[in-house]
Amino acid sequence: MALKVKEGIYWVGVIDWNLREFHGYLTDKGTTYNSYLVLDEKVVLFDTVKSEFFPIFLDNIKEIIDPKEIDLIVVNHVEMDHSGALPKVMEIIKPEKLICSPKGKEHLIKHFHREDWPYEVVKSGDQLSIGKRTIKFLETRMLHWPDSMFSLLVEDGVLISQDAFGQHYATYGRFDDEVDQAELMRQAKKYYANILLPYSGLVSKLVEEVEKAGLKFEVIAPDHGVIWRKDPDKIIQSYKKWSAQQREEKVVIVYDTMWHSTELLAQGISKGLEDEGVDHLLMNLHFNHRSEIITEILDAKAILVGSPTMNNYLLPTVGDFLAYLKGLKPKGLKGAAFGSYGWSGESVKVIEKELESVGIELISEGLRVNFVPSEEDMKKAREFGRKIGRYVKS
Amino acid sequence: MRRYVCSVCGYVYDPEEGDPEHGIAPGTAFEDLPADWVCPVCGASKDQFEPED
Repeated sequence: MALKVKEGIYWVGVIDWNLREFHGYLTDKGTTYNSYLVLDEKVVLFDTVKSEFFPIFLDNIKEIIDPKEIDLIVVNHVEMDHSGALPKVMEIIKPEKLICSPKGKEHLIKHFHREDWPYEVVKSGDQLSIGKRTIKFLETRMLHWPDSMFSLLVEDGVLISQDAFGQHYATYGRFDDEVDQAELMRQAKKYYANILLPYSGLVSKLVEEVEKAGLKFEVIAPDHGVIWRKDPDKIIQSYKKWSAQQREEKVVIVYDTMWHSTELLAQGISKGLEDEGVDHLLMNLHFNHRSEIITEILDAKAILVGSPTMNNYLLPTVGDFLAYLKGLKPKGLKGAAFGSYGWSGESVKVIEKELESVGIELISEGLRVNFVPSEEDMKKAREFGRKIGRYVKS
Repeated sequence: MRRYVCSVCGYVYDPEEGDPEHGIAPGTAFEDLPADWVCPVCGASKDQFEPED
């Protein structure tokens, strides 16, 4: 059902309640694909939805206006979850103009192979009057695609921010003040950690520019999840903190185990961290999704990665996690490795090499134990934990 | 020395600053960057850079 955001501005998106997998990201609460309709002398539609939701999307638009009356379509972000329905939408609406960034045009052509659409390329700072309202465009390259851009409805103070400030969070409430706050911030943090983390430098710069320009938004309307209307500054301040990668006295122990030896070591390390009073989590890769782990790592000072040696290498879940971590390029994170082995025992060295290739500084020599940990080995694990704990507190 | 712009993401390589995080000292001309150097923002290769206007 369409919903009013402000006078003349409507949410016409769709809710994807059952989505659980988003290119490697566990969307545990589903998601929404937000699209916005603005009624003025010109009627403007911002972004569309995933292709299979086209019928519901069209229904939502029809609740507000005959779709044929839409004059302009703005594509803030070309990714398929926002543009999948575009070919059908173009066919029905036949807008005067399809507005996008320079990279947006390139990407749209490479997605849909339609040179004939009425593209209108806008650049950062360009303004467009649509009647009582002005739209100001701001290119936000690599947040999180080269084509990404924001559209600001200047007079209303409404920032349509595409994927930035979004959350994969399907709810009945469409606004920040209508949902559980802890869950909302968990989902916003998870989104940041899994989508925007590699571009933290750009996010910091953007937030700084917004603050320097004294820009205050009444509403921040992202392309996923709830709309920030009660406290838009809350998400801006959170982005400031996350993009600075401010880290707390917290350790995440990530591991998988074959016959529980590596797991026993994780528990021994945990005791050492307890001795030092350092907050920590044990996350067995067999039961914890990589996207949940990354969310916990966002504000942790250190990660300890554990794997037994299997076939002179790692358990595959650990390889999967390290590959995911590498792409997300965390900054300022410290780490160390641990694991059990039977005869050759390469896992610790492999993990250390991978952590270093991610730019994670090793803060301790790795902990290796042959077969099942003895009482002595468990003491070593505890001491290893204490050492990490002391480092994290220093 | 000329500045070069990444045609993918808009990052500007400034030879005066270099790219110290990836082992490129300040004062390194774009032409002297190693062939396997990539854009520190988006990972695009060197041939996707253009001289700044």
